[in-house]
Amino acid sequence: MTSEAVELMSRQVSTENPAIEVEELAFRYRTADKKEKAWTLDGLTFHVEAGEIFGIVGPNGSGKSSLLKLLAGLMPPSGGQIRLDGRPIAQLRQQDIARIVAVVPQDYIQVFPFTVAETVLMGRFPHRPSSLWSLGIGEETEKDLACAHRAMSDTDVWGLADRLVSDLSGGERQRVVIARALAQEPAILLLDEPTAFLDINHQIEICGLISRLRAERQLTVVLVSHDLNVASQYCDRVLMLKEGRLSRIGLPEDTIRPDVLRMVYGCDVVVDAHPQTGRPRVTIPMGIGHV
Amino acid sequence: MVLPSPPLAPVDSPSPTPAVLIASRGEQLAQWKQRGAILTYQRWLAIIGGLAVAGLAVCVLCLQFGATQIEMGTIASALRQLLRTGELDAAELSPSAVIMMHIRLPRVLMGFLVGGSLASVGVVLQALLRNPLADPYVLGVSSGAALGASLAMLFGIGTTLALLPVLPLFGFAGGLLSLVVIYRLAQSQGRLPIHSLLLAGVILNAILTAFIMFITSIMEPNRSAGLMAWLMGSLTAPGYAMLAVFAVYAAGGTALLLQKAQTLNVLTLGEETARSLGIETERVKKRLFILTALLTGAVVSVSGMIGFVGMVVPHAVRMVVGSDHRLLLPASALVGGTFLVVSDTIARTILAPTEIPVGIVTALTGGPFFLYLLLRRKDRM
Repeated sequence: MTSEAVELMSRQVSTENPAIEVEELAFRYRTADKKEKAWTLDGLTFHVEAGEIFGIVGPNGSGKSSLLKLLAGLMPPSGGQIRLDGRPIAQLRQQDIARIVAVVPQDYIQVFPFTVAETVLMGRFPHRPSSLWSLGIGEETEKDLACAHRAMSDTDVWGLADRLVSDLSGGERQRVVIARALAQEPAILLLDEPTAFLDINHQIEICGLISRLRAERQLTVVLVSHDLNVASQYCDRVLMLKEGRLSRIGLPEDTIRPDVLRMVYGCDVVVDAHPQTGRPRVTIPMGIGHV
Repeated sequence: MVLPSPPLAPVDSPSPTPAVLIASRGEQLAQWKQRGAILTYQRWLAIIGGLAVAGLAVCVLCLQFGATQIEMGTIASALRQLLRTGELDAAELSPSAVIMMHIRLPRVLMGFLVGGSLASVGVVLQALLRNPLADPYVLGVSSGAALGASLAMLFGIGTTLALLPVLPLFGFAGGLLSLVVIYRLAQSQGRLPIHSLLLAGVILNAILTAFIMFITSIMEPNRSAGLMAWLMGSLTAPGYAMLAVFAVYAAGGTALLLQKAQTLNVLTLGEETARSLGIETERVKKRLFILTALLTGAVVSVSGMIGFVGMVVPHAVRMVVGSDHRLLLPASALVGGTFLVVSDTIARTILAPTEIPVGIVTALTGGPFFLYLLLRRKDRM
C-alpha cells in the first residue's frame, strides 16, 4: 500500500464514530426590539468524526464563532440539536459538558494576577467533586497536579509555571490557555481563531502543537479560522459557512476551491497546490490596480 | 491522485519538545511549589496563621487607646479573668476595667468583624465584576442598606422591636431590594452583562443617595446630625448580645463565600470561560450577589457607610499573596478586620475626647497605602 493510499484512507470520512453530531441547528441572538433579526445560524446539519481536525471557515459575520459556542454548550440553540458522544447537549449539565469539551477562546484577558500553574490548574475545575459542605480551600489532588503537569509539558510552558500570565507574550499565553484546556482531559478541543494575533513563527508553533496533540491524545479538534491556508494545511475536513448556512463541507481539496471561494466570499483568488503538502493554497491575485 | 503524499502535519513545523523531562515529575512538582507557582497548604497555613496572630495582637494593643488611656496591666488581668472564669466580677473591677470590658472590647471586636466582612464582600464583588476597583458602594448595595436603615430611623423605630434587631433587618431589606432592582435592570436583556451591572449600580447609587439626603433634610436637626455621622461610617460599642448576633452573620456569611473560593478563581477568567469550565454562571452569580447583599446590609446597619476597606484591602492583599481566592479571601478578611480596628483607634484618639467618623480615617489612610503598594508592586497589578 502506498503512503498516498494510507493517507487517503485515514482521511476517508466514515460515520461510524461521530464525536459531535449537529442536526438542523439554528441560532439567533435575542434583540431588544421586536424586529425579527436574520438567523445567525440556520439549518446546519453535519457531524465531526472522532479524532479528526475539523475546520470551520467563512467570511466575517458568517456565524463561525457562534457555532463554536453552541458546540461548547455556552449558549442554548434556538432550534435543532447537538449530540456530544451520542448524548444530547441539552440534557447535559455544564459540568458534564466541561468534562467532554474544552474551549480555547479567541481573546483571553486575565484581569487578576494568576500564575501560569494556577491558571492551568483551573482546567481541573470540572473534575472537582462538588459537595455542599466542602469549603473552597481544598488542595489539588495528585491527579490534578499530574494532569496539569502533563498538559504543561505537552505545550512546553512548564518553565513558565511561576510566571504571571499577564507578563507572557501572545504565543506563550496561547500555549498556556491550550494547556488549561488539556488539563480538562477533554475528548473534544474547540479552538476559536487559535492563530489570530500571532506572528508567523507562533502560528506555525501552535498549528504544529494542535496536530501533535491530536495524534498523541486522540483528540477531536474543531477549530475556527479566518485563515484559509491554516484550515487547508491542518484540517482533515473543512466546513464553509456563508451567512449562517452551510455552504460546503468536505476535504480541503473539495472546499477550498476558486469557484467555492467566489461563491462564499464573492471574490476571485488564486488557488494552487502547496509545494510540500499538495493541499490547496490560497493567494491574493494580482488586482485590477496592479499594472 | 497525482498529489504528492501529504503528511498530516507539515514537516517543517517545529514540535515544541518539552525541555524539562530530565527531572522526575515529583521533583518538578516540588520545585513548582517551592517557587510559589501554586498555593500549598503550608503557605496557606503560614499566612493565615500569621495574619490571625497579628490581628489578635493589634486588637489587644488597641484596647489601650481611647478617651482614657488604659494600662496594659489592667487589660491583661481583666482578659485573664474573663478567659478563666467566663465572667467578670463587677464589684472587683476598677472603672477603667469596666470601660475596657463594656465599651472598648465590644467596639474592637465589632470593628474587626465589620472590617473583615467589608473586605470579604469587596473580594467577591471584584471577582464577580472582574474589576479590581469594585466594592459594595459601586453596586449601590450599601446605599440601599443605608436607605433602609435611615427609613427605620426616620419613623423612629427603635433599634430593637420585640427582641428583633430591626435596624439590621431594614438594612438587609434595603440592600437586597437595591440588589433585586439592579439585577432586574441588568437582566432585562436576558443575561447579566458586567457593564450594564456597573452602570445600573452607579445610577441606583445616585437615586438612593438622593433619597437619603431627602430623609436627612426632613428630620429634626439634632437627629439628622446623628444620622449623618452614622452615614459617614462610625463604630459604636454594641451590647454583647448584638455583637454575638452580628458575629454569627459575619462569620457565617464569610464562610459561605469561602466555600465558593475556587469558583471565584474561575469566574475571574470571564463568564464564558467559567461556563466552559463547568460553572452554571447565572446561578452562582445570583447566590454570590445575595450573600454579599446580606453581609453588606448587616454591616451598614451597624456601622454606616465605611468606604475604602472593601476596595483597598483586597487589592493590597492580592498584590502580596496572589489571586487565589482560597488564600485571598480569608487573608483579606483578617487584614480588613485589623485595618478597621486600627483606623477606629485613630478615629477615637486623634481628637480625644471627641471622635471623628472612622469612614474619614479609612479613606485617608487607605488611599495613600493603596498608592504606595501600587507603585511598589506594579507587576502584581
